Order: sequence, then structure tokens, then C-alpha cells
Amino acid sequence: MQRIGVFVCHCGSNIAATVDVKKVVELVRYEPGVVFADDYMYMCSEAGQEKIIEAIKENKLTGLVICSCSPRMHEKTFRACAEKAGLNPYMVEIANIREQCSWIHKDREEATEKAVILARAAIAKVNLNTPLQEGESPVIKRALVIGGGIAGIQTALDIADAGYPVDIVEREPSIGGRMSQFDKTFPTLDCASCILTPKMVEVNQHPNITLYTYSEVEGVAGYVGNFEVQIKKKARSVDMAACTGCGECQAKCPLGKMGKIPSEFDRGLKNRPAIYMPFAQAVPAVPVIDRENCTYFKTGKCGVCAKICPSKAINYEQEDEIVTEKYGAIVVATGFDIINLDKYGEYAYNESPDVITSIELERLMNAAGPTGGHLERMSDHKQPKDIVFIQCVGSRCDDEKGKPYCSKVCCMYTAKHAMLIKDHWPDTNVTVFYIDVRTPGKNFDEFYRRAVEQYHVNYIKGQVGKVIPQPDGSLMVQGVDLLDNKQIMKKTDMVVLAAAIEPNKGVRKIATMLTASIDNNDFLTEAHAKLRPVESPTAGIFLSGMAQGPKDIPETVSQAGAAAVKVVGLLAKDKLKTNPCTAKCDPMFCNGCSTCANVCPYGAITYEDQLVRGPGVNETRRVAIVNNALCQGCGACTTACPSGAMDLQGFSNRQITTEVDAICQ
Amino acid sequence: MQGLIDRLTALLNDGTVARVLGWKKGDMPYNPEPAIFNSAEELKDFVYDGFCGANLSKMMIEATKLEGKTAVCLKPCDTYSFNQLIREHRVNRDNAYIIGVGCRGKLDIEKIKKDAKGITEISGTELDGQEKVTIKTIYGDKEINYTDALLGRCHVCKGKEHMIADETWGESKDTADQERFEEVQKLEAMTAEERFEFFKNELSKCIRCNACRNVCPACSCRKCVFDNTKFDAQQKANVDSFEEKMFHIIRAFHVAGRCTDCGECSRVCPEGIPLHLFNRKFIKDIDKYYGEFQAGKDPEAQSPLTDFTFEDIEPGERG
Amino acid sequence: MSVNENGEFRPLIVAFCCNWCSYAGADLAGSSRLSYPADVKIIRVPCSGRVNPMFILRAFERGADGVIICGCHPGDCHYSTGNYYARRRMTLLFSMLDYIGVENGRTRVEWCSAAEGAKFSKTMNEFCEKIASLGKNVRLGDLRCKD
Repeated sequence: MQRIGVFVCHCGSNIAATVDVKKVVELVRYEPGVVFADDYMYMCSEAGQEKIIEAIKENKLTGLVICSCSPRMHEKTFRACAEKAGLNPYMVEIANIREQCSWIHKDREEATEKAVILARAAIAKVNLNTPLQEGESPVIKRALVIGGGIAGIQTALDIADAGYPVDIVEREPSIGGRMSQFDKTFPTLDCASCILTPKMVEVNQHPNITLYTYSEVEGVAGYVGNFEVQIKKKARSVDMAACTGCGECQAKCPLGKMGKIPSEFDRGLKNRPAIYMPFAQAVPAVPVIDRENCTYFKTGKCGVCAKICPSKAINYEQEDEIVTEKYGAIVVATGFDIINLDKYGEYAYNESPDVITSIELERLMNAAGPTGGHLERMSDHKQPKDIVFIQCVGSRCDDEKGKPYCSKVCCMYTAKHAMLIKDHWPDTNVTVFYIDVRTPGKNFDEFYRRAVEQYHVNYIKGQVGKVIPQPDGSLMVQGVDLLDNKQIMKKTDMVVLAAAIEPNKGVRKIATMLTASIDNNDFLTEAHAKLRPVESPTAGIFLSGMAQGPKDIPETVSQAGAAAVKVVGLLAKDKLKTNPCTAKCDPMFCNGCSTCANVCPYGAITYEDQLVRGPGVNETRRVAIVNNALCQGCGACTTACPSGAMDLQGFSNRQITTEVDAICQ
Repeated sequence: MQGLIDRLTALLNDGTVARVLGWKKGDMPYNPEPAIFNSAEELKDFVYDGFCGANLSKMMIEATKLEGKTAVCLKPCDTYSFNQLIREHRVNRDNAYIIGVGCRGKLDIEKIKKDAKGITEISGTELDGQEKVTIKTIYGDKEINYTDALLGRCHVCKGKEHMIADETWGESKDTADQERFEEVQKLEAMTAEERFEFFKNELSKCIRCNACRNVCPACSCRKCVFDNTKFDAQQKANVDSFEEKMFHIIRAFHVAGRCTDCGECSRVCPEGIPLHLFNRKFIKDIDKYYGEFQAGKDPEAQSPLTDFTFEDIEPGERG
Repeated sequence: MSVNENGEFRPLIVAFCCNWCSYAGADLAGSSRLSYPADVKIIRVPCSGRVNPMFILRAFERGADGVIICGCHPGDCHYSTGNYYARRRMTLLFSMLDYIGVENGRTRVEWCSAAEGAKFSKTMNEFCEKIASLGKNVRLGDLRCKD
């Protein structure tokens, strides 16, 4: 039998004004197990805690019930207090008689009655509490960053600068991500490469950073502080150590001139050879062979690159390699892409080469792009005299076709595009169709206003219904002007679509491996939308960049830095305390049926053949084993288990049942 | 039947199996019972006829723990249960030799007894028997159509295919001639009051003998949660209360997504409670809300209750 | 269930709230002073996926008039997936209770985030009204557990 002490807090008048505290004390004094009951003005205060400690010692208490504010507020305080008096901290239960009683009920009698019932439930539960021990698990002082765009680069640099080793896994042959495709950046109009390339080089040269490019995460096991990750290094067919990055192979690859392999980096506006670096400033400056298209891999003939390579770096025999590495923390910085526009037939994107996306426009305006920075129509290579921008293509969409959210960056980059075009070719007529123009951010609205006031970009509030390619090669844009309330038919040379952004396709697979939650739009979920914005609810997983939600470069960089600080904070610890409220299997009852393992989000349950001995039982059985370091205590397994073999410590079947009984007495 | 006995004898004699799990003659012509045969000699009591309704798959949990292989006779519908037990790691497939025996539906003795009291002999119920069953009683002979005496579950037969078997014996017949969810739909169409009265009436007959629990191949926990002292859920039968409801709801809930609808619960209930109506309701809901699912069809398939989609229906919604 | 001095029926309602969203939502309702009837008694569980159907039936057996389960919104589960399993379980359980003739409406699931104090309070008010209109739970109670 427990020896329980009940402490009822007045919380000044917060509780005492509505709940008759003295009466609660008198009524719970004779509950089973209760040997001591008292009230105090502020239980959480120094003096209140002293009172508790004294009572524990004097009455040899084995369990505590504190009737006070929410356990979310002071459970930790009272557990620490119990520990000070030599009591196991998990022998404390809180009856929430403030937030869930005194603050919401006005009738004193009613509130007092409810407070007594809540106290009874807590007392009944404590009667079944058992001391629990927090475990410890070591922290591996190495971080993994998944994704080598600006988010991943900045996070890795910040972690590395703090003195911890960090690995970057990037799917593409080079780091750099989307930002490396951009021309200029808003609101300062400095060139994207000029600010990104030095960071890419820094990553490559940093002693604490290891780069895995052309690689993917294949599997993740383990838990916070102790992840084991399998990284697949796809065969590059080029020896990274030997290659000098001279570029001879790309220049001589026969498919470079005659081939029709669209360059991913140039969004298909240009072709590339089968052996290629995505762009000139690629890091690492080592090409890869695209085996699907390479003539040598398709037919066994050719081999030009191997013949001409001065450093004999080409290796056709290279195979995919799996590297297994351990990490204490993982940052997801998998970034974004734009949506597929197949569903938006009305904009004629698939019909006319002169209807392009904004990211294609970035390439067309980039001096290193397919046209050397000269803006031209892809159909006839003429310079457009009239350009129409269409905003919110798939963003803020209330039907299934698009995305419900605002992509956040489109208003700003369209203003940027409009201004840059006007700057270079002042006689170009630029029109923007928009739903709303959204420009919160430092110097952002000023930037947009410059587009309107200084550059006379024609902004029309209204949507475009249809883009119709004309026989003369021009495009007819049908839209509405909502402010003038009139239909618009406009002939133009080029249409640019601000397609909605979406998280990179692979993120769902990665989130599943990491057991990190994602929302309905596949953006990673934060642990708390406001207070823990760069952490995933899964311990040890951190979020950086667009993978978490739409954001621009300055925001991405700040978030990257914040994620890095969180990682460093974790890696700085030698040991982590583990939650002792974990699941536990009773082998006498366990069927070994694997139902629990099927619902465990953490892969914490494995099976083992175990000798089970008990009344009438002496056999080797398949039984479930819970890994306490992995288990987070959600209890999904306990509900899935038909026999009740699986139970959750701290929230056991009996404890909850007894609470139900106490409330329904 | 002799062909089957010969084959089982051969399997025992050549050492392929160490024992046979089948049925042996009962003390009446209509109550054969599951039995283990350890030698060819013992097989003289083996029987396989229209009354061998018992699903033997659950007994394989213990039988496959024994040394050597056990041959088991499984009807097409029993193989679903066996597959489900494989999925749940409850039987050792390597220690089982499955003979998929043919089935043309099994008989409900209660239906026969309605017209025939004082039965002394029944013939024509073998797999290759006649369309009519001949019943000798102390009051004279009677005849009944085989199909008229089928167990309720055979009218919603899942088909004549064995889902798993090492070899098969005899022809099977798909005896389905009723809509599977007809009975459930009929109940659903009633008012809440009528349904409550119906189930109260049925469940008040429950004597908590646990026959349903013991026979059910899905309800195969080593120790039942209702016997688990750590759950505070131990119960007894009582006169006018909720406990039977709780027991049967939870029992059906625990086998939801795992129940193959073999109908053994209703077959063995000494009070004749149509217990399959609980399971079949869950099956119907699962099919409706989460897509058609037949437990035991594919031993690799994920059970609907350990699975989800982001777009699942909300509780309480009637889709 | 209880009857107050005016002879008015006061339902007994058990609410299972997940620790991360709904319990915090209930706290927020409290700190925002958004009242709901004292008939609601909350039991804290780590996750809506922890709510075993046996707890719900147990509450009814012991005389509860209504049971409500609150969890994080689908997609927001602290443990990623707990509420998805809970959603399926409760869908089937509620349908079964309806099937055996228990008044539809004595059970409810509501997703309520830590930020939705107002929703929590509104939900509880609605639920209490609903249960009050249904009256005393006679179909699921165990007579031996009550006087």
C-alpha cells in the first residue's frame, strides 16, 4: 500500500476563489492510501516545496498528489521537489484543478465537487504508480544535413564552424540547389552566384565538412543522439580523387553536340552531354556519367571520355556504394521544386515554348544560362517586346488542382523580373496579373513600389482565364481586370507563370525514414509552430529551409542558422536523459503476433525467441522487446495489443482504468 | 473418404509427417470431433463428412510446436484462418503439411433435428455423397436436401479455392447463394431501439462459457485480456448488465481486420447467439471505409487497423 | 450521472485528451476563462492512439453518459501517426455502438490543437448539451456498478 500525501494549492485566489480548498483537503483525507493532506497558498513556491519535502520525510510518503495548475506548468517542479526529498519523481501525479476546474467554473459547489473527483482520480492513479528510472543515452558528436542547397550549406557551415563534424548528402552531382539556378536576388539585386559560390567553396574546403554528392539517404535507424544512416553513393563513373575537373570529357562527349539530353540545371532549355557537370561552378568540380543516356553504357561502344581523360579518371566499372555512418542529429534541408503544370492546360504551358515558368526565366536571364543572358523567345529566338506575368499559378488554390497555401516568394521575384527586364530593355511592355501583391519583409514593399512607380510595370488585379497561342506566333491572353471590372484580351510575346512551389518529391520518403511528421502538403511539421519552429516533433531531427514551408533566401539562411544552433546545443551534450514512460511487454501474455510493431512509429519493437517461465508455462516463445531508447511512450502499441501484454509505464492500462473508475464512481 | 485416409496413411508411413490433425467419429452420427492421429493404425477412426465443420487451423498453433510435421486437413475457408495465423507468427509453417480437403458446404445438425427427432444414423453426407441426406430415426426414415441443411456460414461461402495447401484432395463447391452482408444490412435498417432490443435479447442468453473465444482462430491470444489481471477487466456472466456486450464488442474488435469470417463462433455457441453478426459488421465497415479486405487471403497484407490513409473518414461520419 | 437539487439531469462525461494538443487546448480554454460544464472530467493520455476501446466501454459500464476523445489534428500527431490509428479504431467502435443500438452521439472524437482553446470549450459545451438531450445512459451501464 502506498503512503500518499495530497497537497492542495490555493494559487492565491486563482483556485481558492472558486474551489473550497479546505473542503477538498477534508474530503480526500480518507481516500485509500492517503496518509496526509494539506493545503497551502502557493504550493510551487520555495516555502510550498519545503512543506512538501518536510511532509514526505515526516510521514514517509511514497506518493504525492498535487492539486494545482496544469501538469504542463509545474509537473517538472514537483517531480524535482519529490526527488529532493528522496522520492522517485515519477511517484507524483497532478490533479489539474486550475485550468481545468477553477478557471472555467463559476459555481463554487460544483467546482469543489469536480476538484474532489479530479483529486480522487489522481490518488487512484498514484496508488498504482511505480518508481521509474530515467535512462541515459550517449550522443554521437556528428551531424548529417540532408540537402545541399543554401539551407543545407548554411546549416552545415554553422555547425562545422562550431567545431562539430558534419556530413552533407546531396542527390544531385553538385551542391548549390535552386539558388544556384537564380540570376539575381531580391531585394538588393545582387547576383545569386556571386553570393552562393563562395559558400559552396567554403563547404568543400571546410575541414569539418564531408560532402556526399550524387548520393541519397537509403535508410535511417536509431534515435536522437544515436542515428545510424545508410547513404547510397551512386556510381559517378568518375574517380573523384583523380579528376581535375578540366572539363575535356564534357567538351568531347559526342552526345554534347548531337545528343538530345535536356539539361536539368537549365530546366530543359538547353541540352547537355552524357558526362557532365550541372554548371560551371559545380562543387565538387567532378562530372558524372548519366548512365541512362551514355552511349557506352547503352551499347558498349564509344568510350571517348575514357580515351581523352588526361588523368585517367573515368571508371565505367564503378558501382553504387553504401556508406553507413552514425550521427547525433539530422537536419532536413531538402528544399523545393515548382509544381507540375500539366493540370493547367489553360495557360498553354505544354503547347507553346513561349509560355515559361519563372525559374526558366531565371535561366534565360542568367549570363551563364542557355542564351548567355539574352532574353529571347524559345520559339523564334526573337526578343519579346511584350511580356505577361501570371501570378498564383497553383498557389492559394481552393480546389484539388493546386496548393492551398501562398508560395510567398512569387510576388517578390516577379517584381524583380519585371524590373530587370525594364532595366535591360526599357521599351519592353511588362504586365503582371495578380490576386494580391504580398510584400512583407524588410525593404520588400519599397522594392515592389519601385517596380510600379519607377519602372511603370503594369499591375492588373485579376486572373487570367486562358492563354491562346496565335497563328502568327504571338500569344493571346484572356483575363479580367477586377478593379475596372472589365474583360481583357491582350496580345503578347511571352507569358511567364509564377508556378506554386512544393516540397521536393523525395521528402515523403525521407520523412518516413526519419519518422518526422509532414503535413498534408508534404511540408515537414515543426515541433511547435511558434516556439520550436526549427525542430521536428521527432527528437534529434531539425528543419531548415523550404522543406518546412515557403520562404525566401534571407529567411532560409536565418532558419538554417537556427537549426544549426539547435544541433550544436544537442551535440554539446555528452549524454541525453531518456523518458522512462516507455512501453513494456509482459512475455507471459505476448503472442508474438507483430501487431504492435506494425503501429510503432519509431521501430522500437523487435521480436526475440525467449524462454518464458510462469505458472503452467515453460517454453521458448517469440515475444516483443521494446527498445527503451527508441520508444517515445506514445502507447500506440498498447492499444493495438489484443491481450494487454504491451503496457505503457506511467500510463498503464490499470492506471487509466482506475482513473475512469474514480471519475465514474 | 477412403482415398483421403489412404493418402494420410502413406504420409504417416513414409515419414513425411509425424501425425495427422483431422476429425474422428463422435458418439453420434453427427458430431465428429477434431483429433490427432499418431499412426496409420489410429486412422481407422478418421472421418471426413458433412459434419466436419470444425476449423482445425487454430489447433495448429500447438501442433506445429511438436517435433516433426503435422498434416492438417483444411477446408477452403479454413485456409484463410491458417494464412492469418502465419501472418501473426502463430503457426510454424515449416512444421505443417496442409491437405486442402474438398468441401461442398457443411451441415447444421440443428436444421436437421428440426424435422428429425431420435436420429440413429445419417448417410449421404460425404464429399462425394448424394444431393439428399438420408436420416434414419427411431420414428422412421427422413430425407432432406443437402443444401437445405447447410450451416448459415456456407450460404455466404468465400469460394472453393484453398488459399494455401501442400496438396489437395477432393472437389470443392462454392455454396454461396446469399448476400454476405444481408443480415447486417437488415439490422442496420432497423431503428436504434429495435437493434438494441435485438442485441439485448441475444446477448442476454450469453453464459460466458467462452466457447466462441476458444474456437475462434483469430481469438488466439495465449492469455485473454479478459483474464489479464493487469487490465482489471476480469468479468463474469451476470443477469442484466453491460458486461456481455462489452465482452463481445471487444472480442469482435480485437479480431477486426483479422477475422476471416469463418463462422465458428456462431457454430459453437451453445445458446445459438449469432455472434458472427458482430464480426461481419466490422468487416462490412472496413470494406466500406478502407477498401475491400479479406483477412487471410494474402498473408503479407497489412491489416486495416494497423494501417491508415491521410484521408480516412472521421469517426461518427456515415460515409 | 447525477441529479442536482432542481431535479435537473447532470450528465457524467469522460474526456480523454492527448497530452500534446488537446490537453494543452483544454489548458488554454482554462487560461482564457472559456467555460464549459463541470460535468466534463478530463483524463490525460499521451496520445489519442493510447485510448483503448476498453477504456471507453469501461467508462460507460461504470455509468458515464458520454465519452469524448480529443487528439491532435490528423497530420499533427506528436508521435506522427497515433491519431490516424485512433481515427480508424474509433470509427469502427462508434459504428459498432450505433449498430447495437446505443444512441449515436454518446461518443465523439474531436481534433483540437493546443491553440484551439475556444474550440475545446465550444466542443465540450456542445457535447454536454447533446448528452443532456440524450439523457441518462441506460443502454450501456452496468447495474452493479451504480446504486
